[in-house]
Amino acid sequence: MAPSFDHLREEDLDEEDFDVDEVDISDLREKYEVQLEQGYDTFVVIDGLPEVTEEQKPKLVKFLLKKLNTVGKTREDLIFMPMGEDGKSLRFAFVEYSSAAEAAAAVRQLDLVALDKKHTLRVNKMTDVDRYGREGRIDDEYTPPKIEPFQEKEHLRSFLADPSGRGRDQFVQYKGETVGVYWNNEKDQPDAVVERQHWTEAFVQWSPLGTYLTSVHAQGVQLWGGPSWSRQRRFPHPFVNLVAFSPDEKYIVTWSNRPISIPDEGHPALSLDDDGKNYVIWDIETSKPIRSFAQLDTPAAVDEHGVKKPQKFPWPAFKWSADSKYVARLNQGSSISVYELPRMNLLDKTAIKIEGVMDFDWAPSTPQRDGVKTYEQLFCFWTPEIGSNPAKVGLMSIPSKQIVRTLNLFSVSDAKLHWQSDAAYLCVKVDRHSKSKKSQATTLEIFRVKEKGVPVEVVDTIKDTVINFAWEPKGDRFVIITTTEPVAATAVPPKTSVSFFCPEKAKGNTVGNFKHLRTLEKKNSNAIFWSPKGRFVVIATIHNQQSSDLDFFDLDFEGEKPESDKDLTANLQLMNTADHYGVTDVEWDPSGRFVASWASSWKQQMENGYHLYDFKGEQLREEPVEKLKQLLWRPRPPTLLTKEEQKTIRKNLREYSRVFEQEDAERINSADVAVVEHRRRVLEEWYAWRAVTEEELAEEREDLGLPADPVADLLKAKTAALSLDEEEKVIEEIMEEVLEETEEIVN
Amino acid sequence: MRPILLSGHERALTQVKYNRDGDLIFSTAKDQHICGWFAHNGERLGTYHGHQGAIWTVDVDPTSTLLASGSADNTIRLWDVKTGKCLKTWDFPTAVKRVEFNEDGTKLLGVTEKRMGHLGTIVVLDIKVDVEAEQSDEKSLTIVCDESKATVAGWSYLSKYIIAGHEDGSISQYDAKTGDLLYNFPIHELNNPVVDLQWSQDRTYFITASKDKTAKLISAKDLEVLKTYTADTPLNSAAMTYKKDFVILGGGQAAMDVTTTSARQGKFEARFYHKIFEDEIGRVRGHFGPLNTVATDPTGKGYCSGGEDGYVRVHQFDKGYFDFMYEVERERQNRVA
Repeated sequence: MAPSFDHLREEDLDEEDFDVDEVDISDLREKYEVQLEQGYDTFVVIDGLPEVTEEQKPKLVKFLLKKLNTVGKTREDLIFMPMGEDGKSLRFAFVEYSSAAEAAAAVRQLDLVALDKKHTLRVNKMTDVDRYGREGRIDDEYTPPKIEPFQEKEHLRSFLADPSGRGRDQFVQYKGETVGVYWNNEKDQPDAVVERQHWTEAFVQWSPLGTYLTSVHAQGVQLWGGPSWSRQRRFPHPFVNLVAFSPDEKYIVTWSNRPISIPDEGHPALSLDDDGKNYVIWDIETSKPIRSFAQLDTPAAVDEHGVKKPQKFPWPAFKWSADSKYVARLNQGSSISVYELPRMNLLDKTAIKIEGVMDFDWAPSTPQRDGVKTYEQLFCFWTPEIGSNPAKVGLMSIPSKQIVRTLNLFSVSDAKLHWQSDAAYLCVKVDRHSKSKKSQATTLEIFRVKEKGVPVEVVDTIKDTVINFAWEPKGDRFVIITTTEPVAATAVPPKTSVSFFCPEKAKGNTVGNFKHLRTLEKKNSNAIFWSPKGRFVVIATIHNQQSSDLDFFDLDFEGEKPESDKDLTANLQLMNTADHYGVTDVEWDPSGRFVASWASSWKQQMENGYHLYDFKGEQLREEPVEKLKQLLWRPRPPTLLTKEEQKTIRKNLREYSRVFEQEDAERINSADVAVVEHRRRVLEEWYAWRAVTEEELAEEREDLGLPADPVADLLKAKTAALSLDEEEKVIEEIMEEVLEETEEIVN
Repeated sequence: MRPILLSGHERALTQVKYNRDGDLIFSTAKDQHICGWFAHNGERLGTYHGHQGAIWTVDVDPTSTLLASGSADNTIRLWDVKTGKCLKTWDFPTAVKRVEFNEDGTKLLGVTEKRMGHLGTIVVLDIKVDVEAEQSDEKSLTIVCDESKATVAGWSYLSKYIIAGHEDGSISQYDAKTGDLLYNFPIHELNNPVVDLQWSQDRTYFITASKDKTAKLISAKDLEVLKTYTADTPLNSAAMTYKKDFVILGGGQAAMDVTTTSARQGKFEARFYHKIFEDEIGRVRGHFGPLNTVATDPTGKGYCSGGEDGYVRVHQFDKGYFDFMYEVERERQNRVA
């Protein structure tokens, strides 16, 4: 839709103070005069219609009417389609609606709607056409747009160059009303990079590559970055609740539970089209909205007592493909809408219909299937049993929309989709119920996406319900947590078991079958945190009042391997167990060297603060932080080194580590020297201060004619008084001391 | 360092105090009587009966002749240490939260509560250090705290200033002769009351404890903050050790904030910090409620703490304590010697 008078921008209006009566506005009056009595407000102009002859015309009108009546009321005789002299239509039509509101709705909803594959409707208000299109309103001369002179911007990735040359990672900490970014200093106090009061109103969030720090306010979202932590972008989505980025940081999705309402005086970034919408997708480069969406009405869920549950909004509602070329939204039960970036148009102008679809997920990296040369992105989805049709899990290739693989399943009560980070595997965790629906069991259906024909392997040795699952990043092992009872809201959560799985050893370049490695029983653990580099994993108990263990495991332990595991590609070893009372969150730093665990005051009030561990589980730091809300490591973009360069580094690791170890030792030494030096100074200062104070005090006493010790004389006097009263007594005290003790047994 | 447990009180302790010789300990609790104890073995010397309400505070004059106490029954009472006889009672419109003798025991200050239309005040009474003498009824000075009520107060060296800690976290310095306010500095975090104030031996500096989880060492002359000790729990009391450069902080989550889930939650430990370096050195566990008050032996041999749990724990320092020294301290000692 063309911009209309209704949403003239605020900045276009002159706000200077002047006497209204003095201004001659006759020219403006003429320009913006709206003649209501003409009644053109109920008319819209439709462009982009196909060319039709007189005979085809009624057919088109009828077809059009169907579309037009979705937003308001109109009749066949209220559509006027002018015909050209050659007997063919002029490809546009006038339509009268029964009210101006309906006409406005038509403009809002039908503009840019596809009529068929070739034709897209353009709908404008009659009055707008008149206002903007009238002769003289459009300048015939072309005036080139003014290009702003180039201005140097701040280096947004400067944070990757640690000034101390140690490749440290940063983290953001949100406590009380303060947000601060710090360098992690392992055992020492973190160095503050920046600290600001009231930086955010709701929460903070890093962009996926760590470039921006997001702050969330009632007025919208702001992005911060660069060495000076200046504001980089603003996205004024009022009352925004949640924010999500595309993986390449090009786009951002904002969501508010409250539909956007554009005030009469307009909105600086959003237009009237965005009125009533909940989601806005923005281009980060230009800070402009690309498209906005309203909330989908999901059928209100009803529990077994017939009570309506509050509507749930899945987040992220818009899921991005690995390369951010596509973004898709689930319309639960019916379809998946895939949009193409950067235009945000619906792929092939239609949503992908999948009956009953419950959930979907994009492959987290661009898949490389065996024998597939063309570009593709994959997503997987699942549908439940409908009637006599089995439940299905499917893999769809985009943009071809071909279904690459489907799998039929029976007695499914729920399914969860878990991609491995390289998109090499997809594990579908299927919760199955027995015929009586009384007992539950879980099977894992593992799709080997990279292998020819996408074979599926089933792990069905699990007797209990799986409550958590996690793939090793960039690896092929996984951890599950199971429990015997279904998870319910009980005061004491049931005991859980942690199981490790890995592939068998196989010949050549292939990956063997997934085998059970070990199960640890009678645990309380409920969360799995893999190192971003794989190999190490932390199994934690979080959100638990009674226990709060963190178990650090190594899956490639270099020590002796048990005989039973000799055919498996893992050697499991528990390295350490830590305890962090009240822990609510755990996160690895992006380098995989450190683990931070923290207790957030959002989730519980006690002992808020964080612990820092190295990858082995050795505690480096413990800091109680009053009202700690968030602690998030700053992500890093992927390395720029080639595979070969990385290999060389790995080969020469010993050389590097020698240098680093030396540096560390020196730093610690100099730190120790500095501490001692500091103490020496503090001690000297203290004694100097004492000397001065004591001297002053002595002088003052002398001036006042007081004795040096205020009490000595008093005590003497008292002692004297006492000895007057009583006779002097001699007190004898007998002390016995055992010098030696020997015991002899006399026969 | 096996502590002596003094279980003479039935309710939460409010203050413990050593006499100047370090051989007696006086303790007050909310259970309406004062106890006197022998410090070296924990035997009870006696009790002082007469108050009709929770007793908030106690102090003994430097010659261990007189004992003063302040109570929620709106009185300050003066006692004969030796006989337990109540020598004098002064009545006030509100409860008395703190009493303290000056350095020669000739003056006594009292801090009264703000309540029922009465502003908080600091009053000064002249004392004759003699059990036979008639004590004066008249207050020799009254300081009215109209900004924020005083919670604690004490006498500086030479009885030159009265230093008061306030409910809003500030510290004031008053001229002890005229009662004029000389300074008022916001030293602790705003609206975190100063809950304890104890003196160095020569009364040239003092330590304050506050609910803002810090204790501060402050110079009496210009109210300059010399040191800050940060704990992880709200503090109730702070004391300096004599002979060694340490401070002892006591605190713990208030009873209403403690949950029942974890025993380690309460942080009911006495914390030792190095007075000069501000480092935490160690903790002493034992109480099963917050520590309401700590006091140190003026001869430097031990300390005692009184808790919400109703017990006083008397500790004698052992050899390790006296031997402990930072490298730089030893250095200095060797140089001086």
